[in-house]
Amino acid sequence: MKKIRTPYLIVMFLILYLPILYLVFYSFNAGTTMKGFAGFSFKHYGELWQDTRLIDIVFETGIVALLSSLLATIIGTLGALAIFRVHRGAVKGALLSLNNVLLVSPDVIIGAAFLILFTTFKFSLGFVTVLLAHVAFSIPIVVLMVLPRLQEMNPDLVLAAQDLGARPTQVLGQVTIPAITPGIVAGFFMALTYSLDDFAVTFFVTGNGFSTLAVEIYSRARQGVSLEINALSALIFLFSLVIAVAYYFINRLNQRQKAPELREKVK
Amino acid sequence: MALSFKKQKQGFTSAYMGIYGLWLLAFVVLPLLLLLVESLQDQNHHFTLANYQAFFTSGSYLAMTFNSIWYAFLITVITLVFAYPTAYFLTTLKNKQFWLLLVILPTWINLLLKTYAFIGLLGQGGLVNSTLTAVGLHPMQLLFTDWSFLLVAAYVELPFMILPIFNALSDIDPLLTAASRDLGANSWQTLKKVIWPLSMPGVKAGIQAVFIPSLSLFMITRLIGGNRVITLGTAIEEHFLVTQNWAFGSTIGVILIVAMVITMLLTQDKQKGGRS
Repeated sequence: MKKIRTPYLIVMFLILYLPILYLVFYSFNAGTTMKGFAGFSFKHYGELWQDTRLIDIVFETGIVALLSSLLATIIGTLGALAIFRVHRGAVKGALLSLNNVLLVSPDVIIGAAFLILFTTFKFSLGFVTVLLAHVAFSIPIVVLMVLPRLQEMNPDLVLAAQDLGARPTQVLGQVTIPAITPGIVAGFFMALTYSLDDFAVTFFVTGNGFSTLAVEIYSRARQGVSLEINALSALIFLFSLVIAVAYYFINRLNQRQKAPELREKVK
Repeated sequence: MALSFKKQKQGFTSAYMGIYGLWLLAFVVLPLLLLLVESLQDQNHHFTLANYQAFFTSGSYLAMTFNSIWYAFLITVITLVFAYPTAYFLTTLKNKQFWLLLVILPTWINLLLKTYAFIGLLGQGGLVNSTLTAVGLHPMQLLFTDWSFLLVAAYVELPFMILPIFNALSDIDPLLTAASRDLGANSWQTLKKVIWPLSMPGVKAGIQAVFIPSLSLFMITRLIGGNRVITLGTAIEEHFLVTQNWAFGSTIGVILIVAMVITMLLTQDKQKGGRS
């Protein structure tokens, strides 16, 4: 098995990165297509820098992602607390099933159903409807990330705080929330990923005036290849790479710092 | 004090449930009800079952339903075949968290950008065709074929299959595989009798994570598959955003939901049976 391990993994990683590196490679093409490299040039980065519409869209996509994940994290955490405190099994099961409906539905159906919802209530399609849709489809994953943390939490902690005279707000702020923070953070990042990655739902509920990056790339790609998009992909890839590397090293540093502490505790 | 604590806490709980319940009603129950109502209307908003009749008597839509499920099935199988060994080998590596991060990284690049890359890779004069020409073969029409759709869809979904399988494999107690070897099983037997069954939750999660999104990859069919309507996802998009026949689009949506609920109920029963 060990003999095939390395070549297999090399091939798989090549496959995973080939399309991305292909985009990055042609972003430096002096020509205008993704075939035949006509010489090295930064001119498509220059075009990108001049394209204020695209830069605005990148920022708007970021704003929608951050704002929707923040709102979804708050509502999702409240939802997890609510579901956690339901004691009747049947009700709990029903709530969880309803929670998971949006997670297991294909994006086109969610998009279509939200489009009907927004037009029924005469919302004008644009930033607000996209934001509402992103909040809505991110809530269930936050609930699923927070709920296990609540279930793992030692119930005696809450009782102890109560015995020591803590008011419900204090119990929530100083006992419950700190105990479930890892779940809340994980939920926030999942929501962020969902929002940044979404195309189909946004495509249904966005009007003519507002566009996210995915929708914009779709409409440009239908018109043909433009190496400006390659330049943008290269920058996004670089940005993701920096975040991933930073995350990895921070994580390792934390683990190294924790290890001696743990040993102390064991003693 | 104790009573007021309990009352206050109950007040909080009802407030949480109120906010969360409002979301459930407004964005889960109501949209699905509206979708159902829309599917039961004709052009003048009168009640009708004609849309359903049209769907079930139309050969092309029934064929498309079969096609959608068939393609989603193929995409799931292809990703599973490639993802399982990848996940398995990754768990045996030294710095596995680092390599896992390298698997996750491509998922941060937007799906549309990756699809767009394949327009270049598979196009005439693209990397694949120039490689074919270089080794003395004839260039082929790769874009706008069903194969290109399958290839791109499988590529996009691959990390989502690797991740849950990797997690399930990492959770397996290494002592169990060691015990299996001690008891005389070769590595193939260990894989088949110990590792594979224990990684089943990850495989199931992966199948769910890939199969359902595969039904709505209309952008890939549009950009890579040659703008033909070959899956139900594309058909829904077409009816809502191109031909503006929302009622029929909703009908397809409702049928897809019902089909999925039935599939889930069936698989759930099997799981319960297996456990008892």
